[in-house]
This record gives sequence, structure tokens and C-alpha cells, in this order.
Amino acid sequence: MGNLGVNHTISVLVSNEVGVLSRIVDLFSGRGYNIESLTVAPALDSIYSRVTIVTQGDDDVIEQICKQLNRLIPVIKVANLSIGDAIEYEIGLLKIFVNDENRAEFMNIVAQAQASIMDVNEKLYTVKIDGDEKKVQTFAELVRPFGIKEFVRSGKVAITKSGQFSTFKKLKDEFVKVE
Amino acid sequence: MNKQMFSGAQILLKSLLKEGVEEIFGYPGGVVLPLYDALYMQNDIKHYLVRHEQAAVHAAEGYARVSGKAGVAIVTSGPGACNTITGLANAYYDGTPMVLITGQVNSKLIGGDAFQEADIVGITRSCCKHNYLVKDVKDLARVVKEAFYIATTGKKGPVVIDIPVDVFNAKYTFNYPKNVELVGYNPNYKGHPLQIQRALKTLFEAKRPVIISGGGVVASNSSKELTELATKLHIPVVHTLMGTGTYPDSLETSLGMMGMHGNYCANLTVSNADVIFAIGTRFSDRITGCLKRFARDAQVIHIDIDPCSISKNVKATIPIVGDIKNVLNAMLFELMKSHHKINVELKDKWFKDIEEWKKKVAIPQKMSDKLSAITVLEKIYEFTKDDEPIVSTEVGQHQMWTAQNFKFNKPRKLITSGGLGTMGFGFPAAMGAAVAKKDGYILNIAGDGSIQMNIQELMTCVDYKFKVINCIINNGYLGMVRQWQEKIYNEHYSQTKISSPDFVKLAESYGALGIRVEKEEEIIPALKKAIDFKGPCLIDFVCENFEMVYPWVLAGQPIDKVLLSRKEC
Repeated sequence: MGNLGVNHTISVLVSNEVGVLSRIVDLFSGRGYNIESLTVAPALDSIYSRVTIVTQGDDDVIEQICKQLNRLIPVIKVANLSIGDAIEYEIGLLKIFVNDENRAEFMNIVAQAQASIMDVNEKLYTVKIDGDEKKVQTFAELVRPFGIKEFVRSGKVAITKSGQFSTFKKLKDEFVKVE
Repeated sequence: MNKQMFSGAQILLKSLLKEGVEEIFGYPGGVVLPLYDALYMQNDIKHYLVRHEQAAVHAAEGYARVSGKAGVAIVTSGPGACNTITGLANAYYDGTPMVLITGQVNSKLIGGDAFQEADIVGITRSCCKHNYLVKDVKDLARVVKEAFYIATTGKKGPVVIDIPVDVFNAKYTFNYPKNVELVGYNPNYKGHPLQIQRALKTLFEAKRPVIISGGGVVASNSSKELTELATKLHIPVVHTLMGTGTYPDSLETSLGMMGMHGNYCANLTVSNADVIFAIGTRFSDRITGCLKRFARDAQVIHIDIDPCSISKNVKATIPIVGDIKNVLNAMLFELMKSHHKINVELKDKWFKDIEEWKKKVAIPQKMSDKLSAITVLEKIYEFTKDDEPIVSTEVGQHQMWTAQNFKFNKPRKLITSGGLGTMGFGFPAAMGAAVAKKDGYILNIAGDGSIQMNIQELMTCVDYKFKVINCIINNGYLGMVRQWQEKIYNEHYSQTKISSPDFVKLAESYGALGIRVEKEEEIIPALKKAIDFKGPCLIDFVCENFEMVYPWVLAGQPIDKVLLSRKEC
């Protein structure tokens, strides 16, 4: 059964209160779960926040993570977005060494990847790449031979395609809090 | 509209009264001075002064376990609050409802490393169900209301309220909220009707069914429903340590405790079952043994109010999330409606097998002329059983011997540290039990190691004349650890030989009764004397050093590999 090592994107709606992020992070560290990436920002209504966590584990582990998250009092909803069809997005910012000899080749890669140049000085180009995780990673691999001085990525945010949050509650109904 | 102003300390006490709290345990200190002043000025809430903050929390837990109500404790900031961690973790593990009030330094000083400051919300996050730091007196009443609601619903547990000293002093009106609004907290009480029908159908068809009754049956007060359902469905019942007393031991279909030191019969029954009906248990490793080999051929029906407990360790075939009492009542109702005739013959062979397994019990050990701990406990049980006292235990060999040799026909009679296994729990928990149940006496079965972990509470017991009879099974060792060293670590008794003070003199110095028992014929007279004494008592039973707890399933082994004596390996 298990899909060991597969990345799962878990979207968590929480009350926007002091310490809620610590509760989530503590849960992951205390129970030995891994956090691959984590983003937090206020939801449309700023009394709530949306936390998007990318984690790894087989089906049983992911189910247990979702249940444990639900158990936290400030957690309002938990959805495993990996089960359904979701749009995932992240941003990568890179500082890359570029010189006169390889500038043409570099600009070519940037154009093909639809990356944007944000800043330039005599040695370095600062580039923004956005898209799914794979696209960001591939771009970084492509420009690696030029020499990367710095690479910062935002971590993933995700949303369901239909906009229907609840269609992704594939966990047994009774394990998921219903609004 | 009530416009009268009260201090935060008064608001807290008024809120506690609204929650029906009349008795609390605690220890004062700098930042809770305003609260202790407010306590001084009133007579509605009785405060019991302990001698160590850990004991306050254990006592609150003992109180909660006996009364079924949330236990309440108050401690000061920093060291006071840090001393409660073990008690919190213990209550969290065993699902005991509790509200702990911790003082905090002035809210303007938080984060500045003030005197006696500790980030108690941070420290306690992983050992309580929820916690609050109240920064505004306006939130205080609502927070207390929420804390009690969270502590006493769903899977029960401890909730911490951290209150800075300036909030105790700030003034505000008192309006206790009627309702709780927590968007993110809605425990599911009603089991899924289709799951309930599936469960019943599976139980009807089962040839080798067994019920495992856990601590959740105590928490949800469902012993009656459990007993009725098991009887009607004609299914034998085993219990976990935490489920002791949920199904009367006097019934023939009660197979006793299962697990690492459970009965041979109980363990074999679970191992060979085709349907396991688990009620309010989280399948801890002390119950399942080797998880991979646990009940491999069985279908598992699992009721629990906490979804996390289901399929965490043992995969449930039919999960039912809900309040046990509700679910069992729904099952009883379905059973009545269906007019299903229970086929008793279907299980004939099963019950014959069980009768055979019942014959295999631990083989008595006779090692020296010293008292056998098992004999002592048998005698204590026989002598006290008609009084049905509440029995608390510490943790170790004596705990297992108590669970094995005492028979309980009612829940909330055995108060013991199950999940966390906290030495030093039993004595303060017995004090809490004594507050919850003012008539009669409380037995605390202790080891010579455990009793020394919270021995200071003798003074508390003397002050309040708590009738706690501490029966110390004194074998000169940290017996359970020594037992493992003997079997698994080549008799390397590393740091397990432990000396004790003269318990008789110690008791006397506190103003308690101390008795030493070295011979079998002294046991009953000592108990008589202790029961007649109007206060706490220490009975020092000087026992054989090398007695072992059997039955014993070694850690990591499947639970049907039961050792019954030293000779087996």
C-alpha cells in the first residue's frame, strides 16, 4: 500500500492566534514527522491563517499527521491536497554568476524558462522563477553550471482546482472536522 | 448588566465556582500572591497545601479519577510551574480532566528573563491538551470556561492557564459566558450508524470474539453499558490496566488483565480471536507486544472518541469515532430492534479453549523465609475487599502485583499511572482520592523506591488527616528494573539496589503511624491498626528481594509468548 517518501501537501486552516505555528511545528518534531517546506499567511479573513506544509510519509503516516493536526484546538480544517487535483506554486529567487562569455547562453535559458531578471550588477544576475516545485528545481539545475551564489525558495502554496475544499477530504469522513 | 468590578484573582475564583470547583490543590509563590490573597478572603473553595508542586498535580489527578470531575491545581511561576510537568504529562497520557493554573511574571516583563520566569506555555505545549497565556483580564472568564470545556470533553486531559501577576490585579466586571465558541474543537460524540450496524453484524458472526475494555470506558462512565452488551452478545472481556474494574472481575466471562503482565488466558484469548472489539484503548505497546504479530487474523472493531487512537498502532477494520456510552447504547438499541438470536453454540469451542487457558497461571515462587510480596497483597486484598477501598499504586512490580491480585468490580477504584508510568504518582494521587471520597480509607500500594519520590506528602496527609494507608512492598531494589536486569542484562544489578530510611521512625517523625511487618501473621493486625488510626500510615512490609512478576511477556515479543516462571526462557 504505502507510498513511502512521496511528498504530500497538507493545507491547514487555523485560528490566527499567538503560538499556533509553534503548536504545529512541535507536533511534527515531537512525533518525528519531517517538514519539507512550510508557508504561513493570513487567510482572506485575517482572523484565520493558512498553513501549507509539504511532508513525507506513507499513507498511514499522512493519515495520522492529518488526525493529529485536527486534534489541535486552533486548527479548523485539514486537507491533504495531494490526494486530489491541486494547483501548486512556489517562487525561487537566485543570484547567479554571469560573465561576458556565457551571458548569451544564460539569457537563453532565462527566456525559455520564463524566468524574470529582477536585478543585475557587474557579476551577478538576480532571477525570479515561479511555477511548480519541479520547474523551480529544474531551473536551478540548468543554471547551476554558471555558479549559483544564493538560492531562496518560498516553499509551496497550493489550492484545489475546483475551489471546493471539501472535495479533497478523502480521509474517512469521521476523521475530518466538518464545518 | 453587572457593573461591579472584580480583580482578576476574584474573577478566576468566581469562574472556578461556576464550574463547580470546591476543592483545589496548590502551593503559593511570588506571582500568585494576589490569588492567594483572594483565596484567603473567601470560604467557598477549600485549598489543600501540598509540599511539592508535582504532588499538587498528581493529587488533582487522583481527585479527578475518583470523582470524574476536573481536578484543579494552582502553582506559581518558574520553578513552581516547571515542577508540574510530570503530573501534566501523566494526566495527558491517561486522559484525566484537569485544569492547572500557573502564575506568570508581569506581562510587561515576559521575555525579559525576569526572576522566576519560565515560558510555561512553550514548555507544556506537548504535555497538555491545550494551554493559554491570559494577557488581558477581559479574556479571563472566557478562557476558564473554555479550559474546563476542553479538559472534560472529547478525550479528556489537562489544560494549563498561565496568568501573569498584573492580570490577577487588573479590575474588570464578571460575566461568566454561558457557551463556548471554539470553531476548531468539535468532538464527535455520535458513532456512525452504518459503522455501528457493521460492527454488530461482525460480532454476530464471530466465532472467537473478545472485547478489550480500556480506560476510555472509565472516562465515559460506560461500565454498565459494556457489561450489558458483553452479556447479551455472549462475548468474553479482557481489560487493560487502565480499564481495570470496567467489567466486573466477579463475572465468569471476565478474563482479567491482558498485556505484558496480563493473564495467560487473557493474552491467549486476544491472540486467537477472530474479532477483537476494542473499546477506549489506544493499543499501547504494553498491550500489543510485538505489533506485527498482534492478532494477525483478527478483524478489529475499535471505538474511541479520539480519532488519533484509531489505526495508530493496530489497523481498525471497523473504526467508530464517538463517545463510548453513546455508541454502546446505540448498539444495544440496534440489538433490541433486530431481534437477532445470539447463537451461543457458535462459540462453544471458543469458550472451551478459554477454560483450558484459564488453568495456566503463574507458578508460585518460594525463595526464602522472607515475606512474599504476592502473599502480602493477597492478604491485604482479602482483608479489605468488603470495604471496597480506592487503591492507588506507584509504578513497578508492586503495581503489577496489585493489578493481578486485587479483583475490582467497579471502575474508578484502581488509580494508577498507566501511560507515563510515573513513580511517585500513587501517594499524592491517594491524597486527591481522599479529598474526593471523604469516608473510608485509601490504600496506596507502593514500592520502597517509588514511595521515596514523594514521601514529603506525609506531612500534607498528617495536616489534613487523610486516611491514606501506604503499604510499602519493601524488597530493597527497584524491583521491576532489577527483574529486567536479572533476565536480560545478565544479573548486572546496575544502580537498582536501593536503601531506605527506617520507615517506622520516618512516619513517627511526621506524626503518622508507622508499622513494620516481617512475618505473615503480622499482616492482618497491622492493617487493623492502620485502618483504626485517624490519619496516614506507612506499613513497611519487609519482603523477599528477588521475587519476580509473572506472567511476563518480554518486551518486543508477541503477547502469547507468556513466561509463567523463572524456569522458562
